[in-house]
Amino acid sequence: MSWFARLKSRLSKSSGKIHRGLVSFVTGGVLDEAGRQELEDTLIAADFGVTQAAALSLAVAKRHRGQDVSPETLTQSLRDVLTDTLSVHARPLVVPAVSGPAVFFLVGVNGNGKTTSAGKLAAYFQGLGVRVALVAADTFRAAAVDQLRVWAQRAGVPLYEGKDKQDPASLVYESYARAKAEGIQLMLVDTAGRLHTKQDLMESLGKMVRVMKKQDDTAPHEVILVLDATTGQAAHTQAKLFKDHAGITGLIVTKLDGTARGGVVVALSSDYALPVFMIGVGESLEDLQPFDPKEYAEALI
Amino acid sequence: MFESLSTRMTGIFRSLRGRGVLREEDLDQVLRDIRIALLEADVSLPLARSFLAQVKADAVGQNLINSLSPDQLIVKIVHDHLITLLGQQGYTLNVDKQKPAVVVFAGLQGSGKTTGAAKIAHFLKTKGQKNVLLASTDIYRPAAREQLAILGQQAGVDTLPIIEGEAPLAIVKRALQAAMAYDVLGIDTAGRLHVDDGLMEELQSIVALSKPAEIVLVMDAMTGQDALGVAEAFAKAVPLTSLMLSRMDSDARGGAALSLRAATGCPIAFLGTGEKITDLTPFFPDRLAGRILGMGDVVSLVEKAQSVVSEKEARDMEKKLRRGQFDFNDMLSQMRQMRNMGSIGSLLGMIPGLGQLKEQMNTEEANQKMRQTEAIICAMTPKERRDPKLLNASRKIRIAKGSGRSVQDVNVLLKQHLQMSQMMKSLGRMNKHQLRQMGRSLGFPKG
Repeated sequence: MSWFARLKSRLSKSSGKIHRGLVSFVTGGVLDEAGRQELEDTLIAADFGVTQAAALSLAVAKRHRGQDVSPETLTQSLRDVLTDTLSVHARPLVVPAVSGPAVFFLVGVNGNGKTTSAGKLAAYFQGLGVRVALVAADTFRAAAVDQLRVWAQRAGVPLYEGKDKQDPASLVYESYARAKAEGIQLMLVDTAGRLHTKQDLMESLGKMVRVMKKQDDTAPHEVILVLDATTGQAAHTQAKLFKDHAGITGLIVTKLDGTARGGVVVALSSDYALPVFMIGVGESLEDLQPFDPKEYAEALI
Repeated sequence: MFESLSTRMTGIFRSLRGRGVLREEDLDQVLRDIRIALLEADVSLPLARSFLAQVKADAVGQNLINSLSPDQLIVKIVHDHLITLLGQQGYTLNVDKQKPAVVVFAGLQGSGKTTGAAKIAHFLKTKGQKNVLLASTDIYRPAAREQLAILGQQAGVDTLPIIEGEAPLAIVKRALQAAMAYDVLGIDTAGRLHVDDGLMEELQSIVALSKPAEIVLVMDAMTGQDALGVAEAFAKAVPLTSLMLSRMDSDARGGAALSLRAATGCPIAFLGTGEKITDLTPFFPDRLAGRILGMGDVVSLVEKAQSVVSEKEARDMEKKLRRGQFDFNDMLSQMRQMRNMGSIGSLLGMIPGLGQLKEQMNTEEANQKMRQTEAIICAMTPKERRDPKLLNASRKIRIAKGSGRSVQDVNVLLKQHLQMSQMMKSLGRMNKHQLRQMGRSLGFPKG
């Protein structure tokens, strides 16, 4: 089964709802204000947030002002509007051509799937023929290193780990030199989960980024915020503060295999100019896949 | 992004005041704003809808339209409804009846089950004098059981030794055996999606085998609209008994709590508030209600002020103000009334619009200043407190020594008092209506 088919089947429960809903919005062939508000509510229920849901539903309504529309046309319109919004900042996650190893950081709050994503991402790039190393920079959470070690074995890539309670910034610094010596092309750094509201922890993340720049001032080449699809509107401050402190460059959305639709990423993408790089749709190693706005829109609606 | 509800309310009602009459359309505008506040707080849409219908019925019933202070009234109605929905406070886990009492922790991946299990084990051990054994049945996430073992050590409780390759039900059987000597057995389960039939069945078998006294559903406070469906699915699969909301130390409004309550009907037992093993707090519905509305806790401020300042005190104060008398006894009693309501920081946090001020000013310093002032007044004789004019140089030195402050500090206080009593005198010249209005705006009850 292709990931798209899988995503579609996973989202089918919700997608059915949005699609069915669209039929009932159209009264007498015209999308009136009541219908538009229904549409807005449906999007809110998918975590788009009040502002984004209003903007998208208004954009759809504007396309069909005063015209007769069928539910099919409306469905297509909504998909188009959504695809357009997500495409503005879309770009694929690729390993840049740099002299030393490229460096990607995975950051985010606790429990959103950073370590799992790091493992899957390692397997993904390894599969593309890139020489990858994983860096276990989560020296805080109990057994986090053990967890990543298992993923490194599954993906067949080396794991760089520090001494117990070693400062993650110093580990990252050492790891870069090691990666360079060992001819690694991509260094994936799994950082400790931290709440964006914890000032000191956010500053220590900023320190890791600064230390990296001492080795290579273009590094880290990507700082990826891993976001749990079940997250609601608190994702806004998450994105803002991780951008402020660590300069995030894109998103990975995990746990899209549940019933959560992750609508908040649409607002995040446009508000903070962030591409969605990858999405997680399952538990196995290959269930992290590149994100395609059009396919996402089709699976969702 | 998150404009607080009370700021919005104040704005709307200010624009309405000019007209004097509140029309039904105005009420609808207010309800729309409450709706946005709820949705931005991740309250699920169907819940927000039924909630607003109730609030509207109540607002009409309480004759909001003719009320003098409709803004306060509606905020109170919303707040009261939220508290009702959020349920009781002080739920204690039912772990006394059987031995060992089994507590099962369930939830989505990454919701904070393992950390929650360790925190609750630590709580039961220290607060409840219970002998706790923890066991993890999470054979799926790499190193999940090692994580619980480390956290168990931090919590000072035993964990079931890990046997590689053991199936979840076999682990439960072994744990039940091993737990004979303990008061409580905590079983941490693997995170699972509520749509994963295989894993949900496994959870049911774990429950059937271990016959738990408590099944705690753990959910991340940052969960969005999906919270309702997830909680419903877990409630349908196993007989949940209580809830834990994790990551309340984030800035999430925590509207998911309403979804959890609506879907399960179970009490919220604990909130997770940090990364340390001790970062576990009991649940207070009023605090969470204020947080969901993002409005500070204005209602409890008003109620606190009403409970602290009696009608009679307020009336006596009004008389004194009228006569322009305001001695150190009055100053002291005012300060103590204020202190009864909480620290300056928490008071500022409760007043809409002043939350920012709280961040700007050093509230700890302000609190300390207040304590120092109190010490100086306490070092005065009753006579001096009534008649500050008595304070000559030698009395000031005595007071300074008695309070551990300097004579300069005493002088500063005298100057403050003089300024205050002058202000009071000018207030005394106000007419009765003006004075009452001011008293009300300061939170005093109607005199």
